[in-house]
Amino acid sequence: MTGQEMSANPVGGQGWQFPFSISIEPRLTVPKWLPALISVGSLGVAFVIGGIVLAVAGGNPLAIYAHLIRAAFGDIGVFNDTLVKASPLMLVGLACALAFRMKLWNIGAEGQFFLGAWGASAVVLAPILPRDTPAILMIPTMMLAGVACGALWGLIPGFLKAKFNVNEIITTLMMNYIAVSWVLFWVFGEWSESGFQMSPMFPRNAWLPRLTDYAAQIPQFAGLTLHAGILFGLIVSVVVWFITSRSRWGYEIRLIGDNKEAARYAGVDIARNTMLLMMVSGGIAGLAGMAEIAGVVHRLQGAISNNYGFTGIIIAWLAKLNPFAVILVSVLFGGLIQAGREIQPSGVPRMLQGIILFCVIAGDVLLRYRIQITRR
Amino acid sequence: MIDWIAILQAGIASGTVLLFAAIGEIMAERSGVMNLGVEGMMLIGAMTAYRTAVTIDQPWVGLLFAMLAAGILSLLHAVVSIHFQADQVVSGLAINFVGIGLSMVLGEGLSKAGAVSLLPTITVPLLSQIPVLGPILFTNHNPMTYLGYALTPAAWFYIHRTRPGLHLRAVGEHPAAADAMGINVYRLRYGYVFAGGVLAGLAGGTISLAVSPGWFSELTTSGQGWIAIGLVIFAQWNPWRAAAGAYMFGALRRLILDLQGPQTLLGFANPFFYTPRLGFFLQMLPYALVILILFIGSREAMKKRVGAPAALGVPYIRGERGT
Repeated sequence: MTGQEMSANPVGGQGWQFPFSISIEPRLTVPKWLPALISVGSLGVAFVIGGIVLAVAGGNPLAIYAHLIRAAFGDIGVFNDTLVKASPLMLVGLACALAFRMKLWNIGAEGQFFLGAWGASAVVLAPILPRDTPAILMIPTMMLAGVACGALWGLIPGFLKAKFNVNEIITTLMMNYIAVSWVLFWVFGEWSESGFQMSPMFPRNAWLPRLTDYAAQIPQFAGLTLHAGILFGLIVSVVVWFITSRSRWGYEIRLIGDNKEAARYAGVDIARNTMLLMMVSGGIAGLAGMAEIAGVVHRLQGAISNNYGFTGIIIAWLAKLNPFAVILVSVLFGGLIQAGREIQPSGVPRMLQGIILFCVIAGDVLLRYRIQITRR
Repeated sequence: MIDWIAILQAGIASGTVLLFAAIGEIMAERSGVMNLGVEGMMLIGAMTAYRTAVTIDQPWVGLLFAMLAAGILSLLHAVVSIHFQADQVVSGLAINFVGIGLSMVLGEGLSKAGAVSLLPTITVPLLSQIPVLGPILFTNHNPMTYLGYALTPAAWFYIHRTRPGLHLRAVGEHPAAADAMGINVYRLRYGYVFAGGVLAGLAGGTISLAVSPGWFSELTTSGQGWIAIGLVIFAQWNPWRAAAGAYMFGALRRLILDLQGPQTLLGFANPFFYTPRLGFFLQMLPYALVILILFIGSREAMKKRVGAPAALGVPYIRGERGT
């Protein structure tokens, strides 16, 4: 029985006996509502733990949380900012969720994001297209370049994993550091704006359309910086859902993820799927990078990612790899990042993210075991 | 001119950091638990050590607290991955995020703390007189470096030549058989995950109190925890190979800093001096090299059919059939 070593040891006294017995046994069936409940519950527990840490560190957790909620969802203006932060998160979250389905640990979304941003910038700055190219041609080319560069950055570890069994966790992570240095090399030199550590501003035709651009027609949109990148996230979530849940390829991906040996036995080409999936995952993360610089930053610089690539890992896991849940969780985390910018100490959002992920995976034990408390 | 002796000497010191972390991870992985949280644990260690040194001016106590703090963090991973049977990859990543976030929160303001007492440096009397090796290995090193010299053979001897080491390997290769032999799989795994955390904390403390003193938030470790994990795979879980890799990467780290200084390099105009942004390629070097050595290591492992401990990453569930 698996439960033995986990069961709580009731008070060891001789005379008095604990009036309840707690037993832990494996769960045979999982009710449909349970995973969602556990995710929400884990989130709650995480905020309590985070609050305790904040209190210990000398902060007022309630005030900080109240501030977080106000500064993320308080009014239409800040909610706009939250959605702007959520847009890249959706894409990197989906990139991670897709790869994790196959138990392919793509920890490199951050680097693929940077390469995607670099590729999209190259279209404008190299320049691949003349500066006055109409947006209708400029934007799709930037998207293509971003996706291609992200995909290439994903393919390198994917190829090494598929052909030589090189651990993709470490390689994707190392590729992150390389990607950041690569981008810095360009913004400090070739593409630097008169010596500053950033490229010149992109021309307007290389900007993704924003709500505020339509303020002339709809006055309510004035000042809202939400850009078309959020549509990329929504569309890709449907695509990822279709791939994983409705396509033959998705079936192979899930088969490999659940049981590699069985997949191999069934004739699934694992090497090919590994490379393909790393490319698609990297491409999605690359699209996130493109959307961020074409929609928000409008230039290439070193600081373009609020740790988006790593947050995507947490989002994917909290969403239980469900592409639609990724959208929801991204909005939540977008709020956390948005509101956390003004909070001191600056590590609070990242610490909360870590605690959330930890609580979520710890909470998963309740999917595998049930705890029964019965009267003696 | 580049002072090669100085580079190697500093390389040994910064390689010691990687060595501690890698040997800690070897211990944990040999027992069957992969802990990807090394970077986070090192950061917690670095922050705790430095904060303690700032607060009570006792670097040694700082190291002790660093080991404890990282050890406690690793126990979270142990509970979740050993008893809750969570995916060790994700749990390790969670440890990382918690470690990074927590050390950023608790390390707030530490970067402006001013001067603190660091670990002393020691020159070994007779050994430092040996030509070439003396200045590199035994001159002006902090005590942790000397501990590192002892740790490698000790870890190897422990794993391969002692009874507890045999148990450690048994638990990582075939926990069911080990259990049948009367070894407490769970207790050993907890112990070695904790040991790995303690060593990662020591590695972090060694950074902030000796190798590159101070607290620079995430940049304090700048990926060294991940490099250590890469070294473990490259080393095929062997402390000697891990040590060779650690010192090599330590020297490389130092070399990269020093290459950008002089105006001439091997008699030619130094491109890194005249075009500083080429330095970004130098900064990529350690990370690219990790990928390269992993590639070499994997080919070798395929050829020689050696690999990870068989039960690495697999939770042991007592009573279930399994390996």
